[in-house]
Amino acid sequence: MSLIKEQDYGTPARPGEATVSVEIDGKTVLVPEGTSVMRAASEAGIDIPKLCATDSLEPFGSCRLCLVDIDGRKGSPASCTTPVTPGMKVRTQTPKLAELRRGVMELYISDHPLDCLTCPTNGDCELQDMAGVVGLREVRYGFDGENHLDLPTDSSNPYFDYDASKCIACSRCVRACDEVQGTFALTLEGRGFATKIAAGAGGSFMESDCVSCGACVQACPTATLQERSVVELGMPTRSVLTTCAYCGVGCSFKAELRGDEVVRMVPYKDGKANEGHSCVKGRFAFGYASHPDRQLKPMVRERITDPWREVEWAEAIEHVGRRMLEIQAHHGAGAIGGITSSRCTNEEVYAVQKMVRAAFGNNNVDTCARVCHSPTGYGLKQTYGTSAGTQDFKSVEKADVILVIGANPTDAHPVFASRIKRRLRQGAKLIVADPRRIDLVRSPHIEAQHHLRLMPGTNVALINAMAHVVVTEGLVDREFVAERCEDFEEWERFISGPEHSPEAVEEITGVPAAEVRAATRLYASASNATIMYGLGVTEHSQGSTMVMGMANLAMATGNIGREGVGVNPLRGQNNVQGSCDMGSFPHELPGYRHVSDDAVRGVFETLWGRTLQSEPGLRIPNMFDAAIDGSFRALFVQGEDIVQSDPNTKHVTAALSALDLVVVQDLFLNETSKYAHVFLPGTSFLEKDGTFTNAERRINRVRPVMAPKTGKHEWQIVCEIAQAMGYPMKYDNAAQIMDEIAITTPTFAGVSFAKLDQVGSVQWPCNDKAPEGTPIMHIDGFVRGRGRFVDTVYVPTQERSTRKFPLILTTGRILSQYNVGAQTRRTGNTAWHPEDLLEMHPHDAEVRGVRDGDTVSLTSRVGETSLRVKIDDRMPVGVVYTTFHHPVTGANVVTTEHSDWATNCPEYKVTAVEVALRNPAPAPAAPAMAE
Amino acid sequence: MTTTHTPPHIRLANEISAQFQQRDPAAAAQEIAQHIRAFWDPRMRAKLIADAGAPGSGLDPLAVAAAALLPPATGG
Repeated sequence: MSLIKEQDYGTPARPGEATVSVEIDGKTVLVPEGTSVMRAASEAGIDIPKLCATDSLEPFGSCRLCLVDIDGRKGSPASCTTPVTPGMKVRTQTPKLAELRRGVMELYISDHPLDCLTCPTNGDCELQDMAGVVGLREVRYGFDGENHLDLPTDSSNPYFDYDASKCIACSRCVRACDEVQGTFALTLEGRGFATKIAAGAGGSFMESDCVSCGACVQACPTATLQERSVVELGMPTRSVLTTCAYCGVGCSFKAELRGDEVVRMVPYKDGKANEGHSCVKGRFAFGYASHPDRQLKPMVRERITDPWREVEWAEAIEHVGRRMLEIQAHHGAGAIGGITSSRCTNEEVYAVQKMVRAAFGNNNVDTCARVCHSPTGYGLKQTYGTSAGTQDFKSVEKADVILVIGANPTDAHPVFASRIKRRLRQGAKLIVADPRRIDLVRSPHIEAQHHLRLMPGTNVALINAMAHVVVTEGLVDREFVAERCEDFEEWERFISGPEHSPEAVEEITGVPAAEVRAATRLYASASNATIMYGLGVTEHSQGSTMVMGMANLAMATGNIGREGVGVNPLRGQNNVQGSCDMGSFPHELPGYRHVSDDAVRGVFETLWGRTLQSEPGLRIPNMFDAAIDGSFRALFVQGEDIVQSDPNTKHVTAALSALDLVVVQDLFLNETSKYAHVFLPGTSFLEKDGTFTNAERRINRVRPVMAPKTGKHEWQIVCEIAQAMGYPMKYDNAAQIMDEIAITTPTFAGVSFAKLDQVGSVQWPCNDKAPEGTPIMHIDGFVRGRGRFVDTVYVPTQERSTRKFPLILTTGRILSQYNVGAQTRRTGNTAWHPEDLLEMHPHDAEVRGVRDGDTVSLTSRVGETSLRVKIDDRMPVGVVYTTFHHPVTGANVVTTEHSDWATNCPEYKVTAVEVALRNPAPAPAAPAMAE
Repeated sequence: MTTTHTPPHIRLANEISAQFQQRDPAAAAQEIAQHIRAFWDPRMRAKLIADAGAPGSGLDPLAVAAAALLPPATGG
């Protein structure tokens, strides 16, 4: 495939059904009202020269290159800022316009380096293109006058350079940072000839608020803001459309290559999840895929204390198959199991769960979603009938009130956060429920109307209080409830109880009752109110209860079943949704159908030729417990570092140490592989062929840009292990696996690689009833028929602060790093976050004699680690926070065995701890005294 | 109060039971049993059933009542 270049219409599309007919260069074109002359011309196939305009940004009208003549109007207006009007007649090419444009270009070029042949963007520069388009042949002013050619280059960012000498001050980068990303880190500094782009207060990009999303680089029409990889490797020559392998937003990218080498990842404008935007991880942090740490050959060892021995694939697969059978022969069919990965494709995950169910002969398959969003699966299925979010991302553009609970989108889902911020700048109201003052609470041009700063572990008390206000203040949407829901009366009696009032729970949550009442009125009174939530909801001992509590609130206020509303989990990893869809849970076959359902099991038994177990299997924490008690003896782990990511590390390592066989399939020798007997090298997303399903149920293609560096696709390895165990499992390609998923799983019945290649992406359910997919669910009725209200009793966690452990630790993610850091720690992203830090309120630090930068011990009743302190009043008093990106910190050494009552999802968000000074930071050097 | 030394199946059963304390005991036991039947591996259910009959198991009375409603565990 050659290099993909999307058409740039110059200005954004305008929504609306009313159309306007105009004539441009004799062609009649019909466009929506409000469309610019530039865009109308582009849609008619007429390109008007431009520099400061691009269709991801509002028109600015500064470059004066897009001038046109309009019948009946004086002068030559800028086509980008001039909307069409009915009957308008426009001419884009006249001798006068040509002369004006040449004059403009002449001025630009008179202050621009004439190094096109050696410039990294030679051939991909809009300034160069426009000089050609307008026919510029000479610069009459010469090049000796005052100019900017000696301005320095800022190379502080690890991924791109800012070469000020090439800047034409078009402001596209500034506007991209404002309008697309919403960070407002860049500005135009100075006036007239002295105008220049400045990052932050005028320092370097790294010193500024820049989040390195790449929007400015994307928008720059010259080589001013340029990926360093292009400078070093040259311009790419071909593109492959694929999907990002980081968070659950699932951004579409063009992988741009020279040969088999990825030069850069460019966000794809037609990608429905991101619409041309990106973040620092997806845009730049792909270098891990070719990092020398990658293990590319299989390895085997008898004992975990032995050195690894590299072997051929055949030996590794035979070894795994034989040992699995031997262990089953000695300890029973249920003594082995597997864990699927939310970082792998749907097809790879489907293959693993099929291997477990059909070749292993049990249901001991679970997925890393166990430790993040399993309560979402439980809670939304109980209330709405299916285990998925209700909306597409675009829906937030219609929301009037956005309630963000236990999520930090600017760090964990940055591209979707930009959508949220854009809607907030348009006037939507924001409620944030979070112990920390996350960036969304207050950032440029955004301020939450209410920050409900609750204590960790009290979500259910808060959501019940909000529901209490809805019910007792007459804010229920009675018509919606009567038509669409069931069990409302019983729930209404439950939630009306005085023990749920904001005043009654104020002491529990720490949130002033008046604030809860005001926030609830705002949510319930909005035309469209939507809930976005993350792991701050699910990773609690009441995670499932909280999900049902939010579902209740949305139903009671009628905020379900149309654009701008809904209950939306922000999935942590790229394929959390997909791995759950694919039957990774031990009680469910693909499509969330219980293993005890004879008819469903029959579908798979007929196709797979094996009798399947009707009893649920072990969940991940149960596997660890069963390993320690001796009934579980072998584990296949696909792409998850359970030692670093699962809670209570000591318990996890004790379990793994007790196993007879641990098989790890991963890119790198991670912490878990220290306890493994077999290492099977995995493939990066650049080598995978398959699909990911993002948080909005969107199934996107993952296309390989190169052959597997290991020689095998991961699903091939899994099939060969199954074959080594005597079960015939074979596919010729990944498309065949999706075809099998479609045959067996009604919500995927209309999905195929061919369809995705044709339409780009679809959101499940995709079947005969919805051949183009389902952006918004529960429009005419809930999946389960009627939405079900569930009583949500607040049961406090048993993890309490005590005199010995008086602080509450909560853990999470930071923008530049991703989960256990296996990928991002092997990229330039370490420039932003080289270590895990403990965020702490100044008061808690002071009473412990701790200063910023000191190293402290962090101790819970199950373990201890040490890390440096960052004092920050974004933390509430009594709560500390850290990330879990670095194995050297091992934050999960201190997290406990407490888990969600329904799903066993660990309670990462509440651990009682104490912090003590270990090593003071070196005192800053005293300033030298002048002699 | 459960601790790190409480067997996992007892800790889990008690945590589930805590969610149903406000319900009619008979209905609560039914719902708890249904939940355990749907989500627990048979070997965990077998342990629960065995411990439910033992004095001093530390099991919540609702969990004990639920265990009595569970069929004998098979498979797994």
